[in-house]
Amino acid sequence: MSERARLSGWTIILLTLALLPLYLHSARWIDFLEMTLFVAVLGQGWNILGGYGGQYSFGNALLFGTGAYIQALLQFKFGISPWIAMWFAIAGVVAVGAMVGFLSFRYGLRGSYFALITLAFAEAFLVLSRSLKSITEGGSGVQLALNQDPAQAIATFQFNFAGPFLKEYGFYYTIFTILLVTYAITWWMERSRFGAQLVAVRENEDAALALGINTFKVKLGAICLSSAITASCGVYYVQKFLFIEPGIAFGPSKSVEALFAPIIGGLGTVVGPLLGSVFIHGVGEATKMTIGQALGGRPGVDLILFGTILILVLAFLPRGLVGLVEAVWKRLSGGRDA
Amino acid sequence: MLEVQGINKSFGGLHAVSDASLFVPAGKVVSLIGPNGAGKTTLFALISGFLRPDSGTVIFDGTDITGKAPHLICQMGLVRTFQVVKPFASLTVRENIAVGAHTRIADRKAALAKADGVALLVGMDAMLEQSAGDLTIAGRKRLELARALATEPKLLLLDEVMAGLNATEIAELVPVIRTIRDTGVTILLIEHVMQAVMSLSDYTYVLNQGVMIAEGEPKTVTSSPDVIEAYLGHGAAERLAKMEARDA
Repeated sequence: MSERARLSGWTIILLTLALLPLYLHSARWIDFLEMTLFVAVLGQGWNILGGYGGQYSFGNALLFGTGAYIQALLQFKFGISPWIAMWFAIAGVVAVGAMVGFLSFRYGLRGSYFALITLAFAEAFLVLSRSLKSITEGGSGVQLALNQDPAQAIATFQFNFAGPFLKEYGFYYTIFTILLVTYAITWWMERSRFGAQLVAVRENEDAALALGINTFKVKLGAICLSSAITASCGVYYVQKFLFIEPGIAFGPSKSVEALFAPIIGGLGTVVGPLLGSVFIHGVGEATKMTIGQALGGRPGVDLILFGTILILVLAFLPRGLVGLVEAVWKRLSGGRDA
Repeated sequence: MLEVQGINKSFGGLHAVSDASLFVPAGKVVSLIGPNGAGKTTLFALISGFLRPDSGTVIFDGTDITGKAPHLICQMGLVRTFQVVKPFASLTVRENIAVGAHTRIADRKAALAKADGVALLVGMDAMLEQSAGDLTIAGRKRLELARALATEPKLLLLDEVMAGLNATEIAELVPVIRTIRDTGVTILLIEHVMQAVMSLSDYTYVLNQGVMIAEGEPKTVTSSPDVIEAYLGHGAAERLAKMEARDA
């Protein structure tokens, strides 16, 4: 697809995302969109290292959870402003990511070994966050105080009692802004030397080394960027729900969500995680509303269909939805621009 | 340009390279030949930093680079290609070459422009938009060469860039390598295709079972009895000489 076609595609997507909620007055649908964008950002965090760099992490919950906990604890224990805490959260997660990356890449762990070590770290943090009660408040989690003063809404980064617009759309436009920033960074990365070298590492690490690329440094850079993006998800989550506990923070569900979106959407593409997230959430919601309700609202029915669709996508669309879109585009444009 | 002195490498009990030395003067094409399993590729790996020698030194352009990391050696201007080609399969030819160009050029646009120039030099300008995974073996060999060249090396180590090519493809590639030499790049090549060795190289080394058994002008070396025996087995030189005498 040509650069111009891509840019127009992005304009349409971003305009839709910017304006759509204004026409939705149901809190439930705005919530749905928020969670879709949240997973799209979470997925982009994974995609930088996994999709572009070929290093498949199975423990991005480690990064998400660390960010969420730092954000929550700095406010809970020290009363630090959330706007300041978030920078500590991002820095802390980058430090944790860099440590895991340093250990794994220093000793040349690749493929499933890297996936296992990231999973192991996430599980270790899960156990630690449960057992280090004096630091993390243990298994009961951290509950932040709810701010009920509309004048303090922005200062406390809590929009539940804010003015009419902010109350309804505050968190939506927060996650939308995070998405804009992280996707812009990914877009820029894709067109930079760093991006080219990262993809070279994914495609063939020996060849990359032979061509003068410091593959260790490139992978470390990728995990740091990945960490910063995933940390922003942790910050967002804490501010929206004002609660974090070990299972939510470090449990495997966030790790899985982070990798599903880009794999379904299209690995190593900017738009992939967003497409994947829209697809996953759309299908999930649609099946819940149709089949789930037809069968008497039994929980879990949607998950069965969801799983089936996942398998079909993985079997027949190896390049994800992006591959499908590109194939359709090629056909429509008569193969003029491949 | 390159000086390898008494280099050794063993894998367990196998002496892959024993006390091998070679010298590559600037601006020349030097070839390294020898039967399969002689240790030629191992020697390349030792020079380019992919393997660490047990002993011996590698001096490149006046600097000791023994045991340095491959990417540092490449940045100093010594780049290798792989006998078993390693294309970045999901990227286009242009993007592949640009990865090499990025070693010296930070700007993406400039690196892509440089890739176009290198592609023209090695005759790949018509394939720029093709996916590297779709190339023929000849195309992939050329791509290895192009990518390495894009890093602006002073010394190029070519590991069997002719292997698997047909006569026409070889005839096309020989002048390309000559052009590269004429732009001032020194070349050390491993090659089995004797036509290429003879027509390209100024000097030849012969490696057999990890030991340098001969060196000299390509013509003299290939007629040396030791070399013939290394390739064809014990007594072969004598038999060949008899046959030639009879034919005369």
